[in-house]
Amino acid sequence: GPDPLITEKQDWAMSTGAGVDETPYGLPIKYEGDVIRRNVPWLTADPISSINFTPIHALDGTITPQGCAFERHHSGAIELKKEDYRLMINGLVDQPLVFTYEDLERFPRVNHTYFLECAANTGMEWAGAQLNGSQFTHGMIHNMEYSGVTLRTLLEEAGLDAAGELKDKWVYVEGADASSNGRSIPMEKALDDCIVAFKANGEALRMEHGYPVRLVVPGWEGNMWVKWLRRIEVTAQAVQSREETSKYTDTLADGTSRKWTWVMDAKSVVTSPSPQMPITHGKGPLVITGLAWSGRGAITGVDVSKDGGKTWEKARLAKPGEKMALTRFYLDTEWNGEEMLLQSRAHDETGYVQPTKAQLREVRGENSVYHNNCIQTWHVNTNGEAENVEVSS
Amino acid sequence: EKLGLGRPALPEEIAAWNLDVSPNGDGLPVGSGSVEDGEMIFSENCAVCHGEFAEGVGNWPKLAGGDGTLADKDPLKTVGSYWPYLSTVYDYVRRSMPFGNAQTMTDDDVYAITAYILYSNYIVEDDFVLSNENFLDVEMPNAGGFVVDDRGESEYGIFTEANACYHDCKDTVEITKRATVLDVTPEEEGTDQAAAEPAAATETEVAAVAETPAEAPAAVEDAPAEVVTAMAFDADLAAEGEKVFKKCKACHQVGDGAKNRTGPVLNGVFGAPVAHVGDFKYSSDMMGAHDAGTVWDEAHLAEFLAKPKGVYKKTKMTFAGLKKDDEIAAVIEYLKSVSQ
Repeated sequence: GPDPLITEKQDWAMSTGAGVDETPYGLPIKYEGDVIRRNVPWLTADPISSINFTPIHALDGTITPQGCAFERHHSGAIELKKEDYRLMINGLVDQPLVFTYEDLERFPRVNHTYFLECAANTGMEWAGAQLNGSQFTHGMIHNMEYSGVTLRTLLEEAGLDAAGELKDKWVYVEGADASSNGRSIPMEKALDDCIVAFKANGEALRMEHGYPVRLVVPGWEGNMWVKWLRRIEVTAQAVQSREETSKYTDTLADGTSRKWTWVMDAKSVVTSPSPQMPITHGKGPLVITGLAWSGRGAITGVDVSKDGGKTWEKARLAKPGEKMALTRFYLDTEWNGEEMLLQSRAHDETGYVQPTKAQLREVRGENSVYHNNCIQTWHVNTNGEAENVEVSS
Repeated sequence: EKLGLGRPALPEEIAAWNLDVSPNGDGLPVGSGSVEDGEMIFSENCAVCHGEFAEGVGNWPKLAGGDGTLADKDPLKTVGSYWPYLSTVYDYVRRSMPFGNAQTMTDDDVYAITAYILYSNYIVEDDFVLSNENFLDVEMPNAGGFVVDDRGESEYGIFTEANACYHDCKDTVEITKRATVLDVTPEEEGTDQAAAEPAAATETEVAAVAETPAEAPAAVEDAPAEVVTAMAFDADLAAEGEKVFKKCKACHQVGDGAKNRTGPVLNGVFGAPVAHVGDFKYSSDMMGAHDAGTVWDEAHLAEFLAKPKGVYKKTKMTFAGLKKDDEIAAVIEYLKSVSQ
């Protein structure tokens, strides 16, 4: 029969809604209240030194809204005022300098969109299929447009003649929080594309992402994107801080460990359908969608398999891939109501193709935590519900 | 090309922030500390999370043990079994530990703690004294256990376009592992009503069961009722106290759903007997006070917050104390506000 939502006069079509003075800074409408960051309490000892996950299953496009972009703190998110902010450059520079926030705003600025992925993203899936949802398996990622000053500009302001040959020099960066989260970055990368950023998606950084200033290290593991950036030191050697030795190193099957594994390799995931995004509409037209990215350049293509990797078809990229930024893909298809084993596979401009979990295990074993960029499988049953599974190779 | 922005960094400023210590000893301050002193300092400041013997408590990092486990399926990575450089220990402890009370240790204390961690890993003897002079003589067991990223050689040649199959890639496909078998995914509320109060939605995020969304709003509605306070308190001062309380949050939880962590839940602590949480393991000092009927009144809380170890010598609370009287008053007011 006729739809009462159409045939009956609705309250919202008769009375008035909210005024422009009601929400000076808006939040999502209440009906979207489940699109939130979530954490996994058993992962860490304390939520102050922990991580949560971006609800990538519920988002579309490529830009991650700041309010639901994942957080990772080592000593909690701090409240640091712009007026109290100082940035020091010291070490092997011609003139050690101190900048205020206002000083930074007077340097020529750049805008770039980059993904930030935690090296531990998908790390809980090394040994098996563990967490049920793309938010949990792949949600340690966000993608924002950053505005700021290039790190090169600031280093050159301090002068690099004192550093001599730059090829073997390092830049040590640390934050103002209690963890300080110091990391060493090769000078070549520092001068290439790093940004000292103060805006994301057009507005000030959120506290949890390093307000007022964070470092952006395109394509490299998120831990190096130091938040509340307070010091940049030019050094002759890597400092070998806790975060670059005891953490963020990759132990192989024979017990040796890789260090300095900074680049995030090409990776993708189907965000819908997925465990948190079942098919609810039955047979017929179905949009399969997901995200792809590579720390080594632009995504050039994404393949999708519905049968656990027996056959693959090419998905459509919403836009041509951009370097070190998320790319949205779609496969506009028909669902016949049968089971699917959904997978996606990213290609980047270097010719690299995202490997299966079996391929990665063959090289690295199962001891690793970080840098798991394997192909993910969702089992979609005849009801349209999806589950995180592993399949035979 | 230089814009002349910023100002020269003063030597005192560089000295205050330039604390990093490198593997070759650059940045090490002059000083020393013994295993013997380290054991005491570690017990007072570190053991609450890392265990008396650096063996770790709960999910907190284990600092000792794990020798020979790196090739196992579940390697135990500690300072002894994994860390390649001793400088990393000194660098990290001096700047970032103890958790929630960073940069309160003297340089000698950090030497002593470092020495004790070495001792707990059987790397040095119990009479060892670590100093800036013998620092580089210590050999770390896993110093040779690292290779520089070799993905370029070991992986990039395999994971290529040339090897990407599109048709008849395998004969059969079977499901070999399922996430629902493990069942470790947090449950989430799925109702839009739950979002009417964003803060509450976040707090009750894992409380509601996805399969029974109708129950979720009830849980949210229940929550505010518990926040009703009967005790009189100065709301402005309590709000100030909430800010100061951040220093306490590393170990103590308050409010709805609060759990014991490193320290006990502090709901209802004001006016309650000392050691008021039944299932928390308090120090013997505090249990003694509990048995003697001592109560956390204004004066006793103020005394304790100013210098915890001055009141209860054996307290497990590693926090040194709040220095300012107005901060103490504010925190007490905040504790009153959460004491219902």
